[in-house]
Amino acid sequence: MIGLTHYLVVAAILFTIGVFGIFVNRKNVIVILMSIELILLAVNINLVAFSVYLHDVVGQIFAMFVLTVAAAEAAVGLAILVTFFRNRGDIAVDDANVMKG
Amino acid sequence: MPLQAIAFYLMAAVTIAAGLGVVSARNPVHSVLFLITAFFSAAGLFVLLGAEFLAMLLVVVYVGAVAVLFLFVVMMLDIDFAALKQGFARYMPIGLVVAGVLVLEMIFVTVSVANGGKAGPGATPQASGVDISNVETIGRVLYTDYAYFFEAAGMVLLVAMIGAIVLTLRHKPGVKRQNIGAQVARGPKTGMTIVDIGSGASVDEGSLNQ
Repeated sequence: MIGLTHYLVVAAILFTIGVFGIFVNRKNVIVILMSIELILLAVNINLVAFSVYLHDVVGQIFAMFVLTVAAAEAAVGLAILVTFFRNRGDIAVDDANVMKG
Repeated sequence: MPLQAIAFYLMAAVTIAAGLGVVSARNPVHSVLFLITAFFSAAGLFVLLGAEFLAMLLVVVYVGAVAVLFLFVVMMLDIDFAALKQGFARYMPIGLVVAGVLVLEMIFVTVSVANGGKAGPGATPQASGVDISNVETIGRVLYTDYAYFFEAAGMVLLVAMIGAIVLTLRHKPGVKRQNIGAQVARGPKTGMTIVDIGSGASVDEGSLNQ
């Protein structure tokens, strides 16, 4: 019998894979963005699983908004990446210190 | 019920394996393809949960738009991906430690929360509509109680779209473009010159451009 716990464990593992991906791919900003998408997907699985098992559809509405923000974030992130690539010629983010912050 | 369990374990295994593929693939194009696989099987999980609308949304928005956007960018930029892979082994141990701690904590917390609350072991998944479908349920709540949030989400997408265009737009110098205003405003006075040529004289550039 598949219960809420099963879905939560899948979401937890997926979230951790996303965090791990950010750790090991510190130079490659494209893979970092994809890892963020994985993290948001794990959050969505959590929201939908709780929504279904608590019989409350608001969780799914919230998951939809998370999806919207994730799509917007991917679009703006990739646009920044393209601009960065035009200015620098590569996308190694560990030496991204143009702004000397 | 066993069929549902088999489907769940299959989808979950494919999702997690594809997630691992995203972070460990050598070629970012493969990463994007693994990402598409992960989204697709997560959509399968949503269908199993009874959230059909979000499953379709996941396929349309993520597989159809976001993943293709990633694919475009990965293929458009000419990047030495082998150099970007350096440091993978260096950060692997600390990454594994953090990931192990994180996954154990999250599993403990979520399992204890899930077993303690209303959605405990006895809870049944939402009965998929006897008379009302998942899409209709979401629509009834989304367009009434959450109408302003829905419009705010639209604004977020609009701002993101304009932001992406503004960031990537560039005007190359030296590109000739049609100037319709100048074309329409051109009349006999500006487009034509009457030159009075004297007897035996010739027309030179200076007299034409007076």
